[in-house]
Amino acid sequence: MRKVIAAALMSVAAAYAWPAVANDGLMKIINDPKQWGIQTGDYANTRYSKLDKINAGNVGKMQVAWGFSTGVLRGHEGGPLVIGDIMYVHTPFPNIVYALDLNNEGRIMWKYEPKQDPDVIPVMCCDTVNRGLAYADGTIFLHQADTKLVALDAKTGQEKWSAINGDPKKGETNTATVMPVKDKVIVGISGGEFGVRCHVTAYDMKSGKVSWRAYSMGPDDEMLMDPEKTTVLGKPVGKDSSLKSWEGDQWKIGGGCTWGWYSYDPETNLVYYGSGNPSTWNPSQRPGDNKWSMTIFARDADTGVAKWVYQMTPHDQWDYDGVNEMILTDQQVNGQPRKLLTHFDRNGFGYTLDRVTGELLVAEKFDPAVNWASKIDMDKSSPTFGRPLLVKQYQTLEEDVNTKGICPAALGTKDQQPAAFSPKTNLFYVPTNHVCMDYEPFRVSYTAGQPYVGATLSMFPAPNSHGGMGNFIAWDNTKGKIVWSLPEPFSVWSGALATAGDVVFYGTLEGYLKAVDAKTGKELYKFKTPSGIIGNVTTYEHKGKQYIAVLSGVGGWAGIGLAAGLTDPNAGLGAVGGYAALSNYTNLGGQLTVFAVPD
Amino acid sequence: MKNKIRGWLVSGVLPASALLLGLSLMVPVAAVAQDATAAAAAPEGGKTKDELGKYTLPDGTPTYFIQPDGTIDWYAYSGYRRYHAECHVCHGPDGMGSSYAPALANSLKTMSYEKFMEIVVNGKREVNSSQNQVMPAFGENNNVMCYLDDIYIYLKARADGALDRVRPSKREDKTKAYTANENQCFGRPG
Repeated sequence: MRKVIAAALMSVAAAYAWPAVANDGLMKIINDPKQWGIQTGDYANTRYSKLDKINAGNVGKMQVAWGFSTGVLRGHEGGPLVIGDIMYVHTPFPNIVYALDLNNEGRIMWKYEPKQDPDVIPVMCCDTVNRGLAYADGTIFLHQADTKLVALDAKTGQEKWSAINGDPKKGETNTATVMPVKDKVIVGISGGEFGVRCHVTAYDMKSGKVSWRAYSMGPDDEMLMDPEKTTVLGKPVGKDSSLKSWEGDQWKIGGGCTWGWYSYDPETNLVYYGSGNPSTWNPSQRPGDNKWSMTIFARDADTGVAKWVYQMTPHDQWDYDGVNEMILTDQQVNGQPRKLLTHFDRNGFGYTLDRVTGELLVAEKFDPAVNWASKIDMDKSSPTFGRPLLVKQYQTLEEDVNTKGICPAALGTKDQQPAAFSPKTNLFYVPTNHVCMDYEPFRVSYTAGQPYVGATLSMFPAPNSHGGMGNFIAWDNTKGKIVWSLPEPFSVWSGALATAGDVVFYGTLEGYLKAVDAKTGKELYKFKTPSGIIGNVTTYEHKGKQYIAVLSGVGGWAGIGLAAGLTDPNAGLGAVGGYAALSNYTNLGGQLTVFAVPD
Repeated sequence: MKNKIRGWLVSGVLPASALLLGLSLMVPVAAVAQDATAAAAAPEGGKTKDELGKYTLPDGTPTYFIQPDGTIDWYAYSGYRRYHAECHVCHGPDGMGSSYAPALANSLKTMSYEKFMEIVVNGKREVNSSQNQVMPAFGENNNVMCYLDDIYIYLKARADGALDRVRPSKREDKTKAYTANENQCFGRPG
């Protein structure tokens, strides 16, 4: 174990001697607002564009400029990339890649369709979504459902190399995008509902060889944790910090999956991401804090060694995965400039941390309905500092006991659908769910490659509220306060976009693309696309004109239950009409819609 | 305490999975023996009940039985729970379907018991230009196979409109024979 860490530290030293410049190309693209070079908009995950030709004054006149059918009828998450004059569009399984020529009305330049065993489909929890492609150094990176990572020549679609990141027969799959950093590609994995012990892996961008791999739980050497140097809330994590928090060998099927978004700070050279739920959903089968599931990780990009960690939901009882994006901003806090990390967790708390040290600054509910914890203990002298203060009534520790009225539901106050940040308003724009649940855990046995869930749950719109299942909110991360909130009939499952034109865009499950005023939330525009939107809104400029692009194609977690409609057991069956099925509003689809303001 | 949290009468009987581990979990095992089942109304339609607590039609097909006061048979209740643990992530709540898997509360209006078994055990694959639907084979998954009849019976009750989209609140008790059978299925000591 020590050897591995020593080796890892040595390569840190090596990195200093050899300045990593491999990704200047991608940095340039990211810094050019006319292109959209990375799924998250930038390394900081702000999803903010400096483009302002479409703005609060003229967005009302926006019209559809062109569209493109992907040919696939499943949940479409993520969004297109725009590199130079080419747009790259991906699909859910079978994970087709299209290169569209923007100089030629979107003509297909090349198409890549991988051959994947359809047996991967049913081991993907919650639909066959894929959150998009990545680009660096003339290469398109596709991480397929079956965990094959493929490097394609961006000009021709020819395969350069491929690597296998996991085994679908054990329930290891992929839904996430990858993040190119310097000379590496950072890659996550899914399978928390199948008892997979998940990890983050860095592949060498040129060869596809593994540079480092860091598990979410297990021995320190396999987690790339340094007992003395890796810190949690300012203190060293200590030896075997993960192993001590599990009983027996349960950590070996412990989950902690890494299917969310990744951010990167070139100044600190740290990669940030969150780990998912511990397996199973039945907490009684895994006593302990289950570290480091439900954790924010800051890892060195070159070595993978963790600099700091923070576990948000120790011993999860509700499936509140910690995978949502970490948004990196430089803002004033109490008059001091701070390097911040803001994270909207599934558990319903919005966290603001110092991203250099991992210091916890703010943790407040971003939906008032959240009830499983009264608050996060912010008292630094308290033995429970940084931990949620649980509300007994909403604990699910007893097998075969149905705990009622827990808010949020397992899909979280917010799932992966990414928020946006505008440096002009200093506000975060957050797509949220407003859904609660009853949760009944029970004993399950583990079989490799078979579901390992262990709980029955039923979901319903947050009671005593506006009756809808979502809100789109503006959030002040330094105060931990909601600034405005727009009620939505369904969960908002689309990634937001903020622009220098003082407009914020998001999609809805009925299929609307909406534009609202960044300051007030006032609706400025909406258009109903052919299918529900769970994709993320993108913008780019081509030949002097700004465009807004979004994928439609309802599905994903949102396609479960929402397709059937959710019932509020407390409201009785008569209320079902109020929460009518999404299928009354939209249908399956797979389409890219591109908008512009006419000249 | 359990009774209070549940908010409904459990007649001292605990669901299957707690029982399996009852001893180690401090479950009051003695309570299990207190079978307080009310005298059930006579099943209609020639349904018969075996010692496991399972009702069958004259042709041997498993079926549900719901008493006039809403009390449902153990299998249908157990099926409700197992369905929502194993099937719900694709087939949606209450058998209502999702954007990528059929509504079984509808499918079972026409699908036979034998066909249902066959699909659950072997899986199903419909991959073509218009759809990518694959159901895995559950033949080796005890969490499903040990409760096949339970799940079928629950879904059949949904398909026949006998059971609404609500969590069943009143149910018959679990029998000792059912527990013994369950233990045997999981290969656990009875």
